[in-house]
Amino acid sequence: MDMDAYLKIDHVGISFTRGGAVSEVLRDVTLRIGQGEFVSIIGHSGCGKSTLLNIVAGLLRASTGGVILEEHEVAEPGPDRAVVFQNHSLLPWLTVYENVALAVDKVFRGTRSRAERREWIMENLALVNMTHARDKRPAEISGGMKQRVGIARALAMEPKILLLDEPFGALDALTRAHLQDQVMEIHARLNNTMIMITHDVDEAVLLSDRIVMMTNGPAATIGEVLTVGLARPRRRLELVDDHEYNRCRAAVLEFLYARNRFVEAA
Amino acid sequence: MATSMPKLKTVSQVRLAAESGAPPAAVTPMPAAATVVSLALKRPPLASRVLPVVRRVASMLVPPLVVTALLLLVWEMACWSPTSALPPPSRVWSEAKDLIVDPFFVAGSQDIGLGWRVLTSLQRVAIGFGLAAVAGVLVGTIVGQSVWAMRGFDPVFQVLRTVPPLAWLPISLAAFRDANPSAIFVIFITSIWPILINTAVGIRNIPQDYRNVARVLRLNHLEFFVKIMVPSAAPYIFTGLRIGIGLAWLAIVAAEMLTGGVGIGFFIWDAWNSSRLPDIVVALAYIGAVGFLLDRLVAGAAVLVTRGTASN
Repeated sequence: MDMDAYLKIDHVGISFTRGGAVSEVLRDVTLRIGQGEFVSIIGHSGCGKSTLLNIVAGLLRASTGGVILEEHEVAEPGPDRAVVFQNHSLLPWLTVYENVALAVDKVFRGTRSRAERREWIMENLALVNMTHARDKRPAEISGGMKQRVGIARALAMEPKILLLDEPFGALDALTRAHLQDQVMEIHARLNNTMIMITHDVDEAVLLSDRIVMMTNGPAATIGEVLTVGLARPRRRLELVDDHEYNRCRAAVLEFLYARNRFVEAA
Repeated sequence: MATSMPKLKTVSQVRLAAESGAPPAAVTPMPAAATVVSLALKRPPLASRVLPVVRRVASMLVPPLVVTALLLLVWEMACWSPTSALPPPSRVWSEAKDLIVDPFFVAGSQDIGLGWRVLTSLQRVAIGFGLAAVAGVLVGTIVGQSVWAMRGFDPVFQVLRTVPPLAWLPISLAAFRDANPSAIFVIFITSIWPILINTAVGIRNIPQDYRNVARVLRLNHLEFFVKIMVPSAAPYIFTGLRIGIGLAWLAIVAAEMLTGGVGIGFFIWDAWNSSRLPDIVVALAYIGAVGFLLDRLVAGAAVLVTRGTASN
């Protein structure tokens, strides 16, 4: 496992100081992720899973330990670790096309011609089936569509790792299922490395090669890592009665609700 | 009324036929309905298409016209007596007709139409307000970037903001030793505060999400300023610009009264000194109309530039 580690999260801890009070959010998080792997991070809200993702993205600096991607330490954010934000974060004054173009033009300005970049933008919009809305503004499209554009924007950067921060959290169940299928398709086609934050057990089992389960904070860390031994491509209807699917599901549920109950939950 | 009667009748006939639902009954109204349709095709351009437009325009225009007429009437009655200190509308018309009818006449170096005077004033406002807009947005951006600068500068801005425009005039006359740059400076210093403060608030309110997008893309400072900051803060900036242009127009008239020269403000002062009250009334109408247009102009630009920014 250590040999082919593409991304190494090494003894990462982070503390925040506010008004003299120090709160330790993460302690000693160590994880190795191989190239092309799909890893979900699941845990109760407030356990610091988004914080961990932000450290990998470079948006936050770890207090202790560090993150190494392909033998380079992560020190700042960059397009090699594209983020799909929870609330899509599209710029409302730009059209769908322009939102993706902002990323593509910035990342590939020196290496690709204008025509190539244009084609690449359309290719990524086509990947998430959003070419029909290329001239619409974010306010004119649905939440699921916005998130698809967010995914297109992230994919268009050709990142080494795609970081998804609860990408479907704000969507209704049907849209969510549809987008999960699309992400699986994209993962199958492009074989990119993906890390997804979620609090949805079914989503984690359906999409992941491994599920990382976080203990509750403060000073949260990895409680358990579950390997999902399901063959790909996976079809949600066929998995309903699948033994391995239900075993994984039960294991995650058991971890979340029996061993790490969220005591502060109302 | 009479022409619309047959149409009404056929509609009710058709409805009756439809309600009865009897197929044989539906056969007979058919030819009648067909003739009515051919008539209706000819008529819309004449009445039913033009009339609603006329009615809508009239409903927009009639109330302000009626109110204006009433106000003029009240004014006329209030200043009716020959001993009245202020001129009634009829005297304004008879004595200042040349100013009202032709804004752009030139009859001598100081005897020119009010249009020219307004343009001179507008030129000063354009320079002063333009400088204030550029400086206000730039300084506001810098101040809005830093919590420390915001805390440090905000009290200064809040105090300076309340200084009346004319209070700056003596100092600027002393500094520039010339009327024209002093007037422009007064415009600048009056209109910069709302622009600056609003820009700073707009910058402070840029969502963290947008900043994160910029960081992941590694936008440099200039790209971040042009592509994220300005569009994101645009609604705030335009609110500031709109308040600023209003203040600038307020200030120019007062400043020109004191500095002299050609503008509309000096014209009022000059008219007062030579007791031409009807001219002042006309000048007031000009100032009001131009101020209104300026406000609409900035508001229109705001709608164009910030479309889509308000909601997400």
